Amino acid sequence: MRVNGLERPDATDPRLLLSDHLRHGLGLTGTHVGCEHGVCGCCTVLLDGHPVRSCLLLAVQARGHEVSTVEGLAADGKPLHPIQVAFNECHGLQCGFCTPGFLMVTSALLATNPEPSEAEIEEAISGNLCRCTGYAGIRRSVRRAAELTGR
Amino acid sequence: MKPAPFEYHSPASVAEALILLAELEDAKVLAGGQSLIPLLNFRLARPAHLVDINEIVELGRIVERDGGIAIGANVRQADAQADPLVRNRCPLLPVALGLVAHPVIRNRGTVCGSLAHADPAAELCATLLALDGRVRARSLRGERVISASDLFLGPMESALAADELLTEAWFPNFVGPGAISEEVRRHGDFAIAGAVRAGDRLAVFGVATRPQLADPADPTRGLSPSAQPECSPEFRLHLLEAVVERVMKA
Amino acid sequence: MSTRLFGERIARKEDDRLLRGRGRFTDDIDEGALECAFVRSPFASARIRSIDVTAARSAPGVVAVYTAADVPFGDRELPLLIPHPLLTNPRTQRCLASKVVRYAGEAVAFVIAESRYLAEDAADLVEVDYEPLPAVVTPEVSARAEHLVHEDVPGNVAADVTQVVGDPDGALATATHRLERRLRMERSAAQPLEARAVWARWDEDERRLTVYNSTQSPTSIRGGLAVLFGLPETSVDVIAPDVGGGFGPKIMLFNPDELLVPYAAMQLGRPVKWTEDRREHFTAVSHERAQVHEVRFGFDGEGRLLALDVDFLHDGGAYTPYGIILPIITAAQLPGPYRVPNYRVRFRDLYTNCTPTSPYRGAGRPQGCFVIERVMDAIAAELGLDRAEVRRRNLVQPDQFPHAVGTMWQDGGMAVYDSGDFPELLRRAVEALGPRPEGGGVGMGLAMYVEGTGVGPYEGAHVQVLVSGKVVASTGIPSQGQGHGTVFAQVVADELGVGIEDVTITSGDTRRFPWGVGTFASRGAVMSGNAMAIAARAVAEKAKKIAAEHLEADPGDLELASGEVRVKGSPGRALPLAAVAILSNPLRYAFGGGAEIATQFQARPGAGPPLAPGDAPGLEATGYFSPVSGSTWASGCHAAYVRVDPRTFRLTILKYVVVHDCGRVINPLILDGQIQGGVAQGIGGAFYERLLYDVEGQLTNASFMEFLMPYATEIPEVEIHHLETPSPLNPLGVKGAGEAGTIPVSALLASAIEDATGLRVDEMPLNPDRLYELSRPARSATEG
Repeated sequence: MRVNGLERPDATDPRLLLSDHLRHGLGLTGTHVGCEHGVCGCCTVLLDGHPVRSCLLLAVQARGHEVSTVEGLAADGKPLHPIQVAFNECHGLQCGFCTPGFLMVTSALLATNPEPSEAEIEEAISGNLCRCTGYAGIRRSVRRAAELTGR
Repeated sequence: MKPAPFEYHSPASVAEALILLAELEDAKVLAGGQSLIPLLNFRLARPAHLVDINEIVELGRIVERDGGIAIGANVRQADAQADPLVRNRCPLLPVALGLVAHPVIRNRGTVCGSLAHADPAAELCATLLALDGRVRARSLRGERVISASDLFLGPMESALAADELLTEAWFPNFVGPGAISEEVRRHGDFAIAGAVRAGDRLAVFGVATRPQLADPADPTRGLSPSAQPECSPEFRLHLLEAVVERVMKA
Repeated sequence: MSTRLFGERIARKEDDRLLRGRGRFTDDIDEGALECAFVRSPFASARIRSIDVTAARSAPGVVAVYTAADVPFGDRELPLLIPHPLLTNPRTQRCLASKVVRYAGEAVAFVIAESRYLAEDAADLVEVDYEPLPAVVTPEVSARAEHLVHEDVPGNVAADVTQVVGDPDGALATATHRLERRLRMERSAAQPLEARAVWARWDEDERRLTVYNSTQSPTSIRGGLAVLFGLPETSVDVIAPDVGGGFGPKIMLFNPDELLVPYAAMQLGRPVKWTEDRREHFTAVSHERAQVHEVRFGFDGEGRLLALDVDFLHDGGAYTPYGIILPIITAAQLPGPYRVPNYRVRFRDLYTNCTPTSPYRGAGRPQGCFVIERVMDAIAAELGLDRAEVRRRNLVQPDQFPHAVGTMWQDGGMAVYDSGDFPELLRRAVEALGPRPEGGGVGMGLAMYVEGTGVGPYEGAHVQVLVSGKVVASTGIPSQGQGHGTVFAQVVADELGVGIEDVTITSGDTRRFPWGVGTFASRGAVMSGNAMAIAARAVAEKAKKIAAEHLEADPGDLELASGEVRVKGSPGRALPLAAVAILSNPLRYAFGGGAEIATQFQARPGAGPPLAPGDAPGLEATGYFSPVSGSTWASGCHAAYVRVDPRTFRLTILKYVVVHDCGRVINPLILDGQIQGGVAQGIGGAFYERLLYDVEGQLTNASFMEFLMPYATEIPEVEIHHLETPSPLNPLGVKGAGEAGTIPVSALLASAIEDATGLRVDEMPLNPDRLYELSRPARSATEG
């Protein structure tokens, strides 16, 4: 499987969830696990560019596919991705646990829809839970991210 | 919450899948996984075998056929929702898909998976029924077509046999008056009460053990939903009346 | 004091790491740790006849299985965290149950294996023979005491406490108007998105125990582990790394895993980690909110509340480790911002066969607020008065502080409000809310609240200027998303005249700062913020003293700005803070970086030894803040318009306004985030979330599919206004804000929904089905 553009080892145990393979097999702990039944969205990654719940995928199912995680948005030591800059500017995170999921959903949204309407932003973020921010900061962050990536 | 151990199979063809389903005891088909994997994680389902059909290319197609659209077992809900053929020939279906869960779930969940799962509150099951659609089920024993009215037997219980694979769902072309509406607690939740109208046909969901056709003039007739902690039978039927009025007006 | 950064909307310093996915939450830490799973009771009440772990012990990948018998402390009762003389029948659970279980979810066995997958497989093989017993599930059932949760606790009563202020009986008797209400709030739970987790390593060579724990009080855990394992506390390090939300339940201490994981690490010679999953979080981690209040109140024709008599049952769950803090808080501040001259409040803290309760954001205040605000609305309805006007007539006035409520407070003192401007909160909220929107089904809601914040006993901070000129500061309390790393940096940077980018804050790591209490009760900014200021000011004073000698100036003529200590009005005469840091440590051996200036052959000003008696080397100081007179009281007013669909009873919040007073605001951006987030959690708790226990004490909706937390689509943008009445009780003038957003939301939505529907609301949470039920008698009247 490819993760953030690099070939990484596949999982061998078929029941290993993709979320666990990313976090513990590959050491990419930026993807978080909140519920393991697909509701909270903390585990959201991109599979071939589309946001999916990594807790609802077996790691073996990612074989031959391209997975994108939050670690792929900005390389170590390199500047933050505009989406990340936006979330910082607009206070779109507090504890940071749900944040990678929102970043990936936003990244997929802006890749196909660089100027989303309010309704489109709402629809895109409507499937991820946040317990800290009350979503206002996240909405502002996604709007700002659209501005910053548009430039 | 981690799945109990299982044997994993990833057939490359329908033929291979059917052999597996015929030979294996206690096997479940894995398509989108958005309903099945939570059950595995909770250990509420502990199949000895998982037959993953995601690598079967021929199941990933949407084609026109017989005055309708055939949607293969692997077609993602999101892809069906966006597909130009679907949007052109059966615009009610993308509208119904828009009410299914959340976009992220639809990126992985399949149209056929939802039908095979047979949740009485599922939008797609009722939509198939309202449109008088059907599914194709294949096994080593042969192939059969199951109409929507015969497919859903009870809560999470479809007419599929253990060795059968639902290979495609067929929705008729339909551009007549149609609408879907539901009452939910949160955006994206399963319906407390819902209705789909396609022309003269009205299917209601969330109010019985399976989606059912109903008479728009008397939609609650014969229905006795069970009592749920957050929804009394009376309230569910009360909501159904409101929802039916909405779809009939649209 | 400089105010360059204090009060500014500064973007957070913590974000970079978290945004990159480089946060370090406890489950992220691996280092070859073994993983664990609990076997938990499926029954709410049962005797255990036998536990058989033989099959589990020999399951693949299993290293050990513990029952109570296998662990020296296994059968010992866990600590009673907050004893109280009025808590007459406290009970705490054992680390692992072996004879009886009292709530579904109680821990019975602990499996340690190579992976969580294998641990869960083995846990499935543990055979426990239970003899189910009748379960006591609600406070009302508990009060009837047909069955006892603890055989030796009569009536299921842990505590029965009555407080009286004035003459409530007399005032009730003579009041021209009297009403009664039975007001009920159900159980709920915080559900942070990161469940709990504990990782531990025992270093045999260093004889050192290191624990990472998603906790709100590392210092307390450290103390407890040291005592339990007979280790010097200086050999135990507890760190709360990044924590994915706390909201209260993570201040509940000495959960079985917090003892078992370190124990296993010590026994097995390998790091051990336990990560909770969502399903067990639902029953294994504290709940709160369930209370039933019988309320009688008397008032005059002008709507002034003359007497209030409240008798309430608190559902404490199966054990009382957190003592009676919750009902004490409800009782103490139930009067809210209103003058209640005659007040009796009685509470009974009752045992039930449900998950034990401990504070969840609001901690007893939402219940009290619900009661008093329903009283205000009831008075208004009875007299045909405007609801805001009735409140206005009852508010404690700005010139009436300090205002003693007359009740005891959670810190052992009395509840005394120190400052505030309640009428102004109300006025601004009503003004900001504006005119009622057009259309049917619209209702307006109002709720005011007070919040005792910044409870002691103390917090501390250490601030140090490094030889590089950068500043590091640390405090004992951990963060769960409140932005301490930024807020405290603002305080320190202001005191030391440095840029915020030059200050790094460490919190919740006993290796850096081992003293402290914890993050709870909206006390972080008040306690540690002030401790930071005190420590930083001491550093500034020391810097001036050292610099004064070298600049040949008087310390009083010096100021800290732009990273230097300089003579006011003489820009050329300055010493960089880095140099002062070097000079603070008399050296024999220079080590580069300009350290030569501190060595012994350099010219030194002044006579006397290099280090004067009482002085210490280093440009650092430790400071503590310990409030003399208890909490400092924040307050606020929430106002909203809602629409309730007359047919489907779906709720839409049209406009939501908060006017909030938490004294001086350090970072309005972060504060607004706390309030918006608090309101969201309050909306969830008022209209979406419920814990559905069946009559057998089973939690039937223990998943996010059925426990409905709001998504973005359910939460409006809250309009937030700030009022600042500085606290007279601490140097920074700040008050706490963490819980403010949540406290009045149930009261507010009850008020608004009642106004929208005409249905009387006596219970929360609500949902469309409940509203439909409430509307039924009226419906059959019109249909009949």
